[in-house]
Amino acid sequence: MHTHYYDAHDLPRFGEIGKDAPGLAEKFFAWYDAVFAEGALTEREKSLIALAVAHAVQCPYCIDAYSQDCLRKGSDLEQMTEAVHVAAAIRGGASLVHGIQMRGHAERLGM
Amino acid sequence: MTPAAAPSAHRVLPTLQKRHAPLAAAAEQRAVLARVPVARRFEDALAGAGLYPLRATGIEILQLNVGRKCNQTCRHCHVDAGPDRTEMMPDAVVDRCLEVIEATDIPLVDITGGAPELHPRWREIVIRARAAGKEVIDRCNLTITLLPNYAYLPRFFAEHGVHVMASLPHYRQKGTDTQRGDGVFEESVTALRRLNALGYGKPGTGLVLDLVTNPVGTFLPGSQKALEAEWKRQLLRLYGIEFNALYTITNMPIARFLDFLEETGQLGEYLERLVTAFNPAAAAGVMCRNTLSVGWDGALYDCDFNQMLELPVDARVPRTIFDFDLEALARREIVLGPHCFGCTAGAGSSCGGATAG
Repeated sequence: MHTHYYDAHDLPRFGEIGKDAPGLAEKFFAWYDAVFAEGALTEREKSLIALAVAHAVQCPYCIDAYSQDCLRKGSDLEQMTEAVHVAAAIRGGASLVHGIQMRGHAERLGM
Repeated sequence: MTPAAAPSAHRVLPTLQKRHAPLAAAAEQRAVLARVPVARRFEDALAGAGLYPLRATGIEILQLNVGRKCNQTCRHCHVDAGPDRTEMMPDAVVDRCLEVIEATDIPLVDITGGAPELHPRWREIVIRARAAGKEVIDRCNLTITLLPNYAYLPRFFAEHGVHVMASLPHYRQKGTDTQRGDGVFEESVTALRRLNALGYGKPGTGLVLDLVTNPVGTFLPGSQKALEAEWKRQLLRLYGIEFNALYTITNMPIARFLDFLEETGQLGEYLERLVTAFNPAAAAGVMCRNTLSVGWDGALYDCDFNQMLELPVDARVPRTIFDFDLEALARREIVLGPHCFGCTAGAGSSCGGATAG
């Protein structure tokens, strides 16, 4: 029985997710690789997006992986910090903009 | 941008030698590396790729390390170069190197240091090598060209068609200054603009300006091609700077970078990263196979990294420039160690950048 939910050693074991469903994993990893290949966006830009999303979904594995990946692809700490702020701004903004719904309900119910 | 600051504005770190650090000694560096447990020996990794014993394929590059004196003290420097270093190639060794350059068909002379331009006979080496029809690479730290006594350099480079290989770890200030010292980025931009103004890095001039990037940290460099595209776009956009090619070089666990790894407790993790990323395709193209490295004292090495670890060429071939024998050296067996994983990790690494596509 594990005493914790997250383990850094699980990250390099990601490929093991293909056990018992190899066909699905193969499709997933092929698609994943294609997504991150240079296209209309550069590999560096995609890595920064992944870093921001990793923070939005609060995945420690992804934060570990894409902090390294962003550095390797030529981003620096200032650029990476700005990317995290983009994620935070969208998360914060998403909460705040729902406030309009709140206000609509309150205004309808209030006097 | 402010006008070029005086070079003394650099943050100059004491070299390992000045600090009397145990790692200033090559033997201590070798011992530290040997103690790190790694999954496999470099020799075994090569054997698995069908490359052991590793042999030279010829000598296409004669790399001269003319001295260890430098006006910078970069944190990753495998030479432990700095202003306090006094080793300089003496006249007898320079004379013999020039004889070899002039008497052989080795097409490329690669001059490094320290800051090689600080050597009193650097100009003569360039002029005579060019006169002998050789391509000459100067490994330039850029800031040297802003020192009052060396302001002649950009024009000299251009007049003699020197291929300038300049260090710039990042296209933004923070990364560059973190690795190379405060103020280095701003001066590097000034130096690159001066080189551009003379035609360096511009299409059709034949004046080649390449940049070299080492990771600012303990990660491996990314795709050289992708980084080059990014460096070109950003340097042009931010500073109007052009250059020809970008080469990625992995930080080697030698001298000051080894000290950094030890100090931060990352040595084992870093070596494991290099070992795990072993790439047989990169191994086949390592620079030691077509390079001969000459130390300031005339000793011969397979590469500049072996030189700093004081691992001379195989004992069965001539070991100093005074006994130079092209036939014997061109087929020599390469001397290996755990640090060699630094040149075979990922896309590979050499003085000419990545070694695999």
